[in-house]
Amino acid sequence: MKRFVLFLLPLLEATLLPAAQTTVIRNATVITVTKGTFQGSILIRDGKIVEAGEKVLVPDGARVIDAGGQFVMPGIIDCHSHIAADSINEGAVAVSSMVGIEDVINPDDIDIYRALAGGVTTANILHGSANPIGGKCQVMKMRWGKDAQGLIFEGAMPGIKFALGENVKRSGSPGNGFGASPGLRYPASRMGVEDVIREALTEARAYQKEWRDYQAKVDRHEQAIPPRRDLKLEPLVEVLEGKRYVHAHCYRADEILMLLRVADDFGFKIRTLQHGLEAYKVAREIAAEGTGVSTFSDWWAYKAEAFDAIPYNAAILVRKGVLVSLNSDSAELMRHLNTEAAKAMKYGGLSETEALSLVTINPAKQLGIENRVGSIEPGKDADLTIFDKHPLSNYAKVEKVFIDGDLYFDREKDLEERPGKEARKKALIDKEKAQENKERKKPEPAEDKKTEEPGGAQ
Amino acid sequence: MKTRGEAPCAACLAIFLSLASLRAAGPDTILLRGATVHPVSGPDIADAAVLMRDGKIAEVGPRIAVPKGARIIELKGLHVYPGMIDSDTEIGLTEIEAVREMSDISDIGLFKPQLRAATAVNPASEHIPVTRANGITSVITSPGGGIVAGQSVLMHLSGWTMEDMAVRAPAAMRLEFPNIRTPNRFAAAAETPGRTSAYAEAKKRYEQQMRDLNDFMESARRYRQAKAAAGTGFETDLKFEAMIPVLDGELPMLIRAEREKTIKEAIAFADKQKVHMILERGAEAWKVAADLKAHNIPVILPPTLRLPDEEDNPYDKPFSIPGELFKAGVKFAFASFGPGDEDNPRNLPYEAAAAVGFGLPPEEALRAVTLYAAQIWGVGDELGSIEKGKWADLIVTDGDPLETRTQIKQMFIKGAAVDLDNKHHRLYEKYLAR
Repeated sequence: MKRFVLFLLPLLEATLLPAAQTTVIRNATVITVTKGTFQGSILIRDGKIVEAGEKVLVPDGARVIDAGGQFVMPGIIDCHSHIAADSINEGAVAVSSMVGIEDVINPDDIDIYRALAGGVTTANILHGSANPIGGKCQVMKMRWGKDAQGLIFEGAMPGIKFALGENVKRSGSPGNGFGASPGLRYPASRMGVEDVIREALTEARAYQKEWRDYQAKVDRHEQAIPPRRDLKLEPLVEVLEGKRYVHAHCYRADEILMLLRVADDFGFKIRTLQHGLEAYKVAREIAAEGTGVSTFSDWWAYKAEAFDAIPYNAAILVRKGVLVSLNSDSAELMRHLNTEAAKAMKYGGLSETEALSLVTINPAKQLGIENRVGSIEPGKDADLTIFDKHPLSNYAKVEKVFIDGDLYFDREKDLEERPGKEARKKALIDKEKAQENKERKKPEPAEDKKTEEPGGAQ
Repeated sequence: MKTRGEAPCAACLAIFLSLASLRAAGPDTILLRGATVHPVSGPDIADAAVLMRDGKIAEVGPRIAVPKGARIIELKGLHVYPGMIDSDTEIGLTEIEAVREMSDISDIGLFKPQLRAATAVNPASEHIPVTRANGITSVITSPGGGIVAGQSVLMHLSGWTMEDMAVRAPAAMRLEFPNIRTPNRFAAAAETPGRTSAYAEAKKRYEQQMRDLNDFMESARRYRQAKAAAGTGFETDLKFEAMIPVLDGELPMLIRAEREKTIKEAIAFADKQKVHMILERGAEAWKVAADLKAHNIPVILPPTLRLPDEEDNPYDKPFSIPGELFKAGVKFAFASFGPGDEDNPRNLPYEAAAAVGFGLPPEEALRAVTLYAAQIWGVGDELGSIEKGKWADLIVTDGDPLETRTQIKQMFIKGAAVDLDNKHHRLYEKYLAR
């Protein structure tokens, strides 16, 4: 029996293995981000990191991955993405907190695999920026191949998108550039943006009170009729109670301060300022609030509110004590967040560890999942990315990506599978062509002719 | 107390003076020495010197006698490279593209060969110092829109006026080759009975545009004939005048064609019209590599850092294309223009670096942002490498310029020191000090 198992092992190794087993990655340069960098090994069991150090004993039967000359870092975390969702913006209303990404997850989006191949293991998928208060966000792991439910980062703090500035105002401006809007929608100014947010939070407060009053009556064993559930206000009550994080799209320093004041007035904290391209101008105020910033490395000038954006934003904020992450907001940029992080070294002189923190442990903290991911530490999820060169080098490429200890991306395997995929694609195209040829040979029924040539009908 | 105060002041003054002289320096004689020089056209030279005189490179080598009056800049431990060239930008034509009033990229009409990008470039654009701070010393800036969009300019990223900046004005006539473009894939798929489909409409439009383009070329040719004959009643036409250098083969046609079908049609067009073609944004150039090689057509690449053009392309297809073109013997240059990064030509070196892990030799990556770009634009003997007689467009770095972590320490354009300060750095210092 034992011999039979031994015989099977090499076969098993060639496939993507389930989590319930032991893996050792050895001979690697291990960049833990939080506990230094060393030459050594990582022991993974049941999807978790058990040990990481210069000398790790390889348990019997463990799968051993030799990463000689390679670099292992925590899986990259993108705090702002819009992949893997069938729709992004519910722009018909100024407050769309009743909708959420969870309901529109698309597990077949190829951008999930592409993000994986760029070393990303977790992403915050946000609603768009068409409204002052947008829809609910969804934190996901890039578990390519799993269904919608399987992508969800179980236990992550729920989030919601807020948005300020030009994108929000656009729906209030005639002749806007973002698709046709059937009519003007309030607000059209930054004054109106503040008003919409205050109105909604005021409503939410009243709604919260209704439920509290009801609960008090129930507690006193009095007769009470429960308030009617309001799906728009429910998430906002969660915001007021600190149970749902606000990720707020913003650009200008003045609007950032506006939002911080509003949050102060209503007694909650803004979790992150998304983009926050002018955050560096009010770094002190942001730091004092304990609010995080998730920004672009170096995009600028693509619209008026991005004209004072500078690539030093992240570095200034870090120096002033703000928790900062770098995000992509783009399926493309998402594939090289490691070199985006390197830009914070070039512009503002962050250290290697500070730079890599921007795409690992810092976004993990911003999303409230730092006890699970974001660094290589015992007890954390085995979400790891192996690069062939130092991940801050523009020449580095991703070799392997693990999520929960499972190998989800393997460049070698990807390359091996290409000829087979090409052959299958060609066979499908040939089949389609053969079918077309067969149909072309058939005489066409006269009554079908009209619809066959739509160009002729007017 | 007083003496203690004077010492740092004197040091300040010395730094101030040296900076001031660096900034004020015109195209005089400057000797860079002690650096590793990367000529790009030949092997690297350790502990070497570069002599710049009258804007040009006067000498390069391990040992150069110091000419009288030359300013010497010691660069021990640093590297000297040729400045990089971005072959596809809108620099100077737009400040904030989303603001209509700040954009001069395109004009009304389909055939506008008389329009010159050089006319509308704003030499005071904030994009110029921001871009050159990362080692880019010259760029192609092109007009867009319509079919014949107008004339591109090749310019140094330094100068008070276009006269100071222009390397070639014009550098090319830009043609956006007609193709079948539907509003989106859903519109293309929607077939409403009794109504022309979006695809059929787009196809009809494309066929009309192809007829118009061929007619336009034919008319331009006849105009040239008529002008040569100088018959009575000949009237000057500025559109056709602008086409004469193209028809004479003096001005290349920069033809934008992304997909295989369009590229093939563009090659056939250039063949038939006998125009000197440069392929622009040739995303699928890899599918037509043999043809491009056979016709000796160089390619300006779309960004390497882009998503695959097809959903079922390998995830790394855009990264591996430059290596494939290199192996096929096609000449190409990298460019920054693409979704998101059209405002970020400073990231040009990273477009080149991204191809290196996927089959392109690193020295080829560097040449494709320097020497090859110069050669493609017909200025291979003026720009793109550190060789005697070329414009002294140089950068001084602390490492490989294709790596993000490398800092650009100094820059010279036409032999004069260039201020690397820019709007971003100024805001950085201002708000870091807040």
